[in-house]
Amino acid sequence: MSAKLERLSLILRDVFGDALQSLVVDRGEVTIQVAASDYLRVAGILRDHADLHFEQLIDISGLDYSAYGNQAWGGRRFASASHLLSVRHNWRVRLKVFADDDAFPVLDSVCELWPSANWYERESFDLYGIMYSGHPDLRRILTDYGFVGHPFRKDFPVSGYVEMRYDPEVGRVVYQPVTIEPRENTPRIVREENYGDVGHG
Amino acid sequence: MAEIRNYTINFGPQHPSAHGVLRLVLELDGEVVERADPHIGLLHRGTEKLAETRTWVQSVPYMDRLDYVSMMCNEHAYCMAIERLLGVEVPLRAQYIRVMFDEITRILNHLLNIGTHALDIGAMTMVLYTFREREDLMDAYEAVSGARMHAAYYRPGGVYRDLPDRMPQYEVNRFKNAKTVGELNANRQGSLLDFLEDFTDRFPACVDEYETLLTDNRIWKQRTVGIGVVSPEQALGWGFTGPMLRGSGVAWDLRKKQPYEVYDRLDFDIPVGKNGDCYDRYLCRMEEMRQSNRIVRQCIDWLRANPGPVITDNHKVAPPSREKMKSNMEELIHHFKLFTEGMHVPAGEVYAAVEHPKGEFGVYAVSDGANKPYRLKLRAPGFAHLAAMDEIARGHMIADVVAIIGTMDVVFGEIDR
Repeated sequence: MSAKLERLSLILRDVFGDALQSLVVDRGEVTIQVAASDYLRVAGILRDHADLHFEQLIDISGLDYSAYGNQAWGGRRFASASHLLSVRHNWRVRLKVFADDDAFPVLDSVCELWPSANWYERESFDLYGIMYSGHPDLRRILTDYGFVGHPFRKDFPVSGYVEMRYDPEVGRVVYQPVTIEPRENTPRIVREENYGDVGHG
Repeated sequence: MAEIRNYTINFGPQHPSAHGVLRLVLELDGEVVERADPHIGLLHRGTEKLAETRTWVQSVPYMDRLDYVSMMCNEHAYCMAIERLLGVEVPLRAQYIRVMFDEITRILNHLLNIGTHALDIGAMTMVLYTFREREDLMDAYEAVSGARMHAAYYRPGGVYRDLPDRMPQYEVNRFKNAKTVGELNANRQGSLLDFLEDFTDRFPACVDEYETLLTDNRIWKQRTVGIGVVSPEQALGWGFTGPMLRGSGVAWDLRKKQPYEVYDRLDFDIPVGKNGDCYDRYLCRMEEMRQSNRIVRQCIDWLRANPGPVITDNHKVAPPSREKMKSNMEELIHHFKLFTEGMHVPAGEVYAAVEHPKGEFGVYAVSDGANKPYRLKLRAPGFAHLAAMDEIARGHMIADVVAIIGTMDVVFGEIDR
């Protein structure tokens, strides 16, 4: 671990203490995980604390862990991972938070802290159905007008449920159930540990 | 007294200045924009979801189609993410080749951006000049990968193959006689590096030429100076990166601040703007092209002097050579496993970012140890830039919206993914 990452993780432990559910330093990156109830408070401190000073929110990514490792997932299903960047200190952190309710995932919105969160949260809502409470305008963003469902959830098929075509009889575009068969050319396989490890012959 | 009410218009998705499929709902008060609501997603192909159903290597060509004017930079971020997850080293020569092509890509992108931006706000000629140079660079793409745009040249562990020793030649046909063909082929007699060296000799004069067309042009300045002003605080809050951030005076460039590949061995400068308006961002891009030219030149010199492997010899990641594969059982098995099942990437998550021509292009990859990504999130710079459209455009005239779209350098392949 480089000196800089060590310093960042020390500061993070120092500032947040028990609020951190975990702090992982892996492959040169620091990931912290907090409870949904602490999320907004932690984000605020990350931005404003002089020693942390993450003034830029680079990205928010929704995550659906329900099929992780090709087996049943024990923990909470939906998570949101934010990537923060400090231009002043030149370091990054990943802030992960799991939503408490799998059936209706809700997280606090960080739009007030970083205006760039606006579209990222809309995207995450659109694709994963994670609700961001306090978001000023939580509309769908990437999918079609009137789209039903959240396409990036693991239980949503890649081919979708409906397809669109022009119907010459009605004289307009119509939606109908998909006619293509889903197919998988290469199956998804999780091997035993170290199977594809580049260090092993 | 006449009743005054706001007027709402649809700008795009079929408007030539919308740079693709942007639908912008503009609420106008006379000619002044009160509110701009970009509707995106008309080009949404679900690249991230598709990548979950493909093996790691099969998704490389999808990356070209994200930002389809800076193809290789997208591949670069994706390959870097896989390499970090795997922990493989990229040979030095491959790193130089990648850096060289990243900078060629930067020039390609800025040429397109400046040409079409000028075209959008009334300077017809510019695009004809910039596309002339783009043609040469796309020939370099073609020489190395066989495709002018969607190269799929970077692979996890290095690049697909070494630089070619000869350039493709024009041939005589019923439109081009021997004399014309001879002139066209004059700088294609040597290797790709010779061709690029010739380009780097010519290119600074070409940039001077563009500058005479635009930099002191009264109309160009009237259309861009003081338009779309972004303060440094706003730029940081909105998540701006690249020329959009540097134009506002924040000296931030991943190539300098968090160097990847061999950028720390190269000599180049980062231009920074002052006022944060469209004109400053244009000047930044102009200067970046000159700096990229410098970097390409340094890479050419290094690549000439240092032959070597261009892809890792770890055959769990990169395929063995055809010759070895056909003579050695072990290599045959590696080859078979790689192209049927694909490589297995150890469980974990990484975020790999590169300084893309438009800003920070990042790939957040989560692996659960399978032969396919568990989750792939692409951080597109244009997405953050376009998200600030409403606040930048508010209070501007409707014609300035076009200037703002141009300066944001939006490309829908990456925004809609």
